[in-house]
Amino acid sequence: MHELSIAMSIVELAEEEAERRGVQVTAVHLKLGALSGVVKEALLGSYEMAADDTPLKGSSLIIEDIPVMVFCSSCETQCPISSIQLFCCAECGTPASEIVQGKEIEVVALEIADDGTPPNRSQKKRS
Amino acid sequence: MTEPRLIEVRKNVLKQNDLTARALREQFRAAGVFAVSLVSSPGSGKTMFLEKTLTLLRQNYRVAALVGDLATENDAIRLARSQAPVKQITTGTLCHLEAAMVQKALQEWNLNELDFVFIENVGNLVCPSSYDLGENLRLVLISVTEGEDKPLKYPTIFNSADVAVVTKLDLATAVEFDWQAAYGNIQAVRPGMQVLKVSAKTGEGMEEYLNFLVARREELRAGAAVQS
Repeated sequence: MHELSIAMSIVELAEEEAERRGVQVTAVHLKLGALSGVVKEALLGSYEMAADDTPLKGSSLIIEDIPVMVFCSSCETQCPISSIQLFCCAECGTPASEIVQGKEIEVVALEIADDGTPPNRSQKKRS
Repeated sequence: MTEPRLIEVRKNVLKQNDLTARALREQFRAAGVFAVSLVSSPGSGKTMFLEKTLTLLRQNYRVAALVGDLATENDAIRLARSQAPVKQITTGTLCHLEAAMVQKALQEWNLNELDFVFIENVGNLVCPSSYDLGENLRLVLISVTEGEDKPLKYPTIFNSADVAVVTKLDLATAVEFDWQAAYGNIQAVRPGMQVLKVSAKTGEGMEEYLNFLVARREELRAGAAVQS
């Protein structure tokens, strides 16, 4: 169960980015690979906790599942795998272990509020 | 209210860990150290396997080990019987080691005086897969008592490791371990993965495994020499 520490890293990263650009984040878009070692549901649950008491409080985490892609030596191109328990090219069945996609834990975008101005301090205290 | 705006970011969440791991790998290379990490579920025989590894390898090489454990120092005490330098990393509630923990633990040692560093991760087949520790070789251990389908249940860890080691071979007959099934399952989730078989207790397979480690270290050193 390392999803909380991953969630905290996501919040930290988004916070830094938001501060640098002077914007208020309403949602964080994340790419999560099927081989990232992170459980989506646990991460979503942890995110709220991690964002509490930070400028990201109340923001949401939007996760895009990234399936595994391998390089297939027969097809000579990237292919999906048969299943997570069978690393064979889904097209031709050749065993393939060269993973080209599916390990991502990557913040890809931030959704920001309205005109992008951060709330002033009094607003923050009210919430 | 206007449409929410999207700002593109594209940042790896574990970037800091990856950077630290890269720095560690460079540190190992510069010192001529071959770093091996071990991952497995709890109770797969990691500590006994490592104790034997240290005992046998230190006859000809300078070896040391870092061992991650949630709470106790029992593993470090057991490993210290090998006479090799051993350092415990107590992770508290954290279920895995991170590169920064390894970096901190290594500070007390002069890497130039070592040939091999072993890093025993916390017993866990899930979380350690996300974290690069800067090691040159990651071994995933699966004991014959665990059932042949472990690879199918944990494809991610098998894909984060380089070589699989089947442990507790001395119990294989007693538990009716199906080698073909286990090997087939490893190959299903990680085609081409090398699989070694050992019994730390009887010593079966240990020589082949140690020769393999030494050969991998030589390969890496030869490669580094060509590059520099």
